Amino acid sequence: MSHAAADAHLLEPGAGVYHKKLGMWVFLASEVMFFTALIGSYIILRFGAAESWPVPSTVLNIPVTALNTFILICSSVSMVKAYAAAVEGDQKRLRLWLLVTVIGGATFVGVQVFEYTHLIHEHFLPSSGLFGSTFYTMTGFHGFHVSMGVICMTWVTIQAFRGRYTRENYHGVEVIGLYWHFVDLVWIILFTIVYLI
Amino acid sequence: MHWLPPQASTFASEIDFMFWVILVITGIAFVIVEVGLLWFVIRYRHRPDRRAYYTHGSKTAEIIWTAIPAATVIVLGVWSGRVWGEIKRRDRLPANAVRVAIAAKQFEWNVTYAGADGALGTPDDFTVRNQLHVPVDRPVVVDLTAEDAIHSFFVPVFRLKQDAVPGMRIPVWFEATQVGEYEIACAELCGLGHYRMRGMVHVHTQEDFDRWMLARAAGGEGR
Amino acid sequence: MTTAAVHHEAAAGGHHELSFVRKYIFSTDHKIIGIQFLFMSLFFLLVGGLLAMMMRWQLGYPGKAVPGGGVLPETMASGGVILPEFYNSLVTMHGTFMVFFAIMPLLVGVYGNYLIPLKIGAPDMAFPRINMASFWIAFGAGIIMLAGFFATGGHAAAGWTSYAPLSARSDLSGVHMGQVLWLVGLIVLGLSSILGSMNYITTVVNLRAPGMTWFRLPLSIWALFITAILVLLAMPVLSGALIMLLFDQTLGTHFFDVSAGGQPLMWQHLFWFFGHPEVYILILPAMGIVSDIIANGSRKPIFGYHSMVFAIGAIAFLGWIVWGHHMFQSGMNPMLGTSFMISTMVIAVPSAIKTFNWMGTLWRGNIHFHTPMLNALAFVSMFVIGGLSGIFMASTPVDIFQHDTYFIVAHIHYVLFGGSLFAIFGAIYFWYPKMFGRMMSERLGKVHFVLTFVFYNLTFFPMHFLGMTGHMRRIYDPTQYEFLRPYQGTNRLITVGAFLLLASQLPFIWNFFWSLRKGAKAPLNPWRDNGLEWTVPSPPPHGNFATTPTVHHGPYEYSSPLTTDDYLPQNQEVRP
Repeated sequence: MSHAAADAHLLEPGAGVYHKKLGMWVFLASEVMFFTALIGSYIILRFGAAESWPVPSTVLNIPVTALNTFILICSSVSMVKAYAAAVEGDQKRLRLWLLVTVIGGATFVGVQVFEYTHLIHEHFLPSSGLFGSTFYTMTGFHGFHVSMGVICMTWVTIQAFRGRYTRENYHGVEVIGLYWHFVDLVWIILFTIVYLI
Repeated sequence: MHWLPPQASTFASEIDFMFWVILVITGIAFVIVEVGLLWFVIRYRHRPDRRAYYTHGSKTAEIIWTAIPAATVIVLGVWSGRVWGEIKRRDRLPANAVRVAIAAKQFEWNVTYAGADGALGTPDDFTVRNQLHVPVDRPVVVDLTAEDAIHSFFVPVFRLKQDAVPGMRIPVWFEATQVGEYEIACAELCGLGHYRMRGMVHVHTQEDFDRWMLARAAGGEGR
Repeated sequence: MTTAAVHHEAAAGGHHELSFVRKYIFSTDHKIIGIQFLFMSLFFLLVGGLLAMMMRWQLGYPGKAVPGGGVLPETMASGGVILPEFYNSLVTMHGTFMVFFAIMPLLVGVYGNYLIPLKIGAPDMAFPRINMASFWIAFGAGIIMLAGFFATGGHAAAGWTSYAPLSARSDLSGVHMGQVLWLVGLIVLGLSSILGSMNYITTVVNLRAPGMTWFRLPLSIWALFITAILVLLAMPVLSGALIMLLFDQTLGTHFFDVSAGGQPLMWQHLFWFFGHPEVYILILPAMGIVSDIIANGSRKPIFGYHSMVFAIGAIAFLGWIVWGHHMFQSGMNPMLGTSFMISTMVIAVPSAIKTFNWMGTLWRGNIHFHTPMLNALAFVSMFVIGGLSGIFMASTPVDIFQHDTYFIVAHIHYVLFGGSLFAIFGAIYFWYPKMFGRMMSERLGKVHFVLTFVFYNLTFFPMHFLGMTGHMRRIYDPTQYEFLRPYQGTNRLITVGAFLLLASQLPFIWNFFWSLRKGAKAPLNPWRDNGLEWTVPSPPPHGNFATTPTVHHGPYEYSSPLTTDDYLPQNQEVRP
């Protein structure tokens, strides 16, 4: 670390948050634009073809997905608890709640995969009209983002088990938490406008 | 004048006039900037005894060179909006227009005429490839569509252009002012043969047009 | 390790000596990454130029064999004569390589990376490893994009704008794998850009040295910062659109499939919602760089610094609501066209403000005509032409005639070459001494400039006239049309200009590579500039500043009454 980098406290006031946190917020802004493009297109296509659009509940398994949604929301709650533990320096609770979050996220992905295989078996494919096209693209990319989140969350959990997070430096936990809540929020929107409405 | 094609429609002259006015306005701006730049780089070039004049700017100058361009573009905008509405509005198409349908496809223009009954979509309609026959001094409304890729129906002498989009029917109107034969070009990259998607507009006198229509309607499809 | 070596290391910031690979290949140093982007982008600039030469050959001499065209495979040029399908690919890939792999990375990847930490007084970017990833991802995208030339069916051929349904259906375009590679390549590039912009934004916000307040930032940094925000928000929309198109091509989805309810116009809206901010991404950093160079060359503060910052912001903001001006004739509701026309007219105003402020900077200056300054002056004079030609197309009725003609091609090239590329040349000449520790030859630089300026205008100015004739874009053989045949002479003139323009780059290429080894050793501050980068060695060490600089005043204190010198570096206190 050079002398220059050590003078960090003297720099011009920036965002008032550490780099990784600012970076994550900025990155999430780009993710908002990405999902807006996909979701916006879905809305345009659906309203342009309203008459021929299948009723979602006739194709998709709403109860199972509702349960899956609940699981994902719970994993956001466990993430909050993990963050709280990190702030206090409570290693045991941090590891516990991170583990719960990983399992919740992995379960969500697992159930999504299960749902996909079932749908494909029923011949509901990406090529199945506009509904199939938009459904698989939106939920697929969401699932991809959750999967990336699970991988990063696993890494954070491993780091937590190695005792890398302290009351003074829990930044990794906070930053993955931001990402996780974002991914959850996108799902709530998707579940509502793709499955329910 | 040597560059712009001849004008052969009612709105061609209006569009060209706008073009020339904008040319004059931008020309003035061009001269001010380029001559100014040239003048400044010569007049204020470095010489051993020079020191630049230390200033950070002038609020008055900022106001002037913001207000004048702003006023200019507002005027141009209002004028453009009006002319644009006259040409492209789809809810107020000219009355007493000859109706024709054009379906663009790789790589030809299929022109469907209304036949003797004057109405499109009836059994006496007939289709001709790449030849659009219209009477002079009478509005024509083209129902434009495409069958495959996006094409663009472009008649340079009419100053007319409209993209032809699959799944959409777009009405385009014009009124030819000169008898003659004029080329149709495709103005949207549509594949391999885009460059040779050429058609012809035949502008006839009303009598010649009627005669042609009768002969075609009796004779069936083809050229 | 000897004691002396240990002390040297400590002075250099305590880094142990890195291997060649860690220092120059997988480097996390923003300066090396910037230079990597420079070499990669200059390569793609050349590729884009060569593609254009082939296009120009066919347009100037339709149906004649390209000299040396025998090397081209029969699928591209039969007996050396370019085929229509290859021509459409040439058009597409020229635009694609120039926009995404040359101009954008030259401005954002090279100068964003190189200048931001140095000019704000930071040791490096906020996320050096993500920065490294950003370059290598872009490199990978470039490889994917080049691979398309080897695909069966040829490379993508639907234009750099890739309108659906032509781009979605191989049965319409004759191209499948090439289009898929094009889509994947751009998606991958988007990832690089988004990571890069995230890095730049975090760095500029959080890593400014003490005293480097927002309104003491050089305009190059303001421009790069605001551009990074545009990249961050616009590229993901393109990614979404590309993914939908990719799925239509590979998974049988129906986003743009009319028979299933898909909407071709939706592609255009998505593409141009990205595409218009993209063109400001391609010009704003150039404007910022030109401001720095003009102030330096005039030995005078930038005229209207705050207005200049405001104008950058206004252009960036307004750039989000003008996208429909690419779609006036698309079949979208004409009333929508009117609203886009208004916002487009308005966006002319901040560009005018900037032009007049550059002139104000020259006014009563003490102008030195070093090569960077010549290029910066060319930017102003040529960009003005490009901007003014935009007014014609902004007027919706005039656009009816000019849309998809060579008038547009003239406009594009006046802003992208006359604007961005001259600014890039200026930047290369200006920061080369700092980057490589060597001076480029001023004489060769001036020769390059004059030749480029002349042949560039010879090539592109006549395109305005061609556009006035109604000469369409992207057509393989203009002589198919009677109304265009009289103007083939103009096409030939443009072709000659283009070849001479390419040849004019030889002095630059020679100068660039020769000076790396044989150029005079560069002093600390050869241009007597105020920027913080000129206060450290050429090239700067890893970590840039031995101690964090403290900034005492703005970036353009040239010829100040408080100093005897005609410049005042930002970290230098005024001696009373």
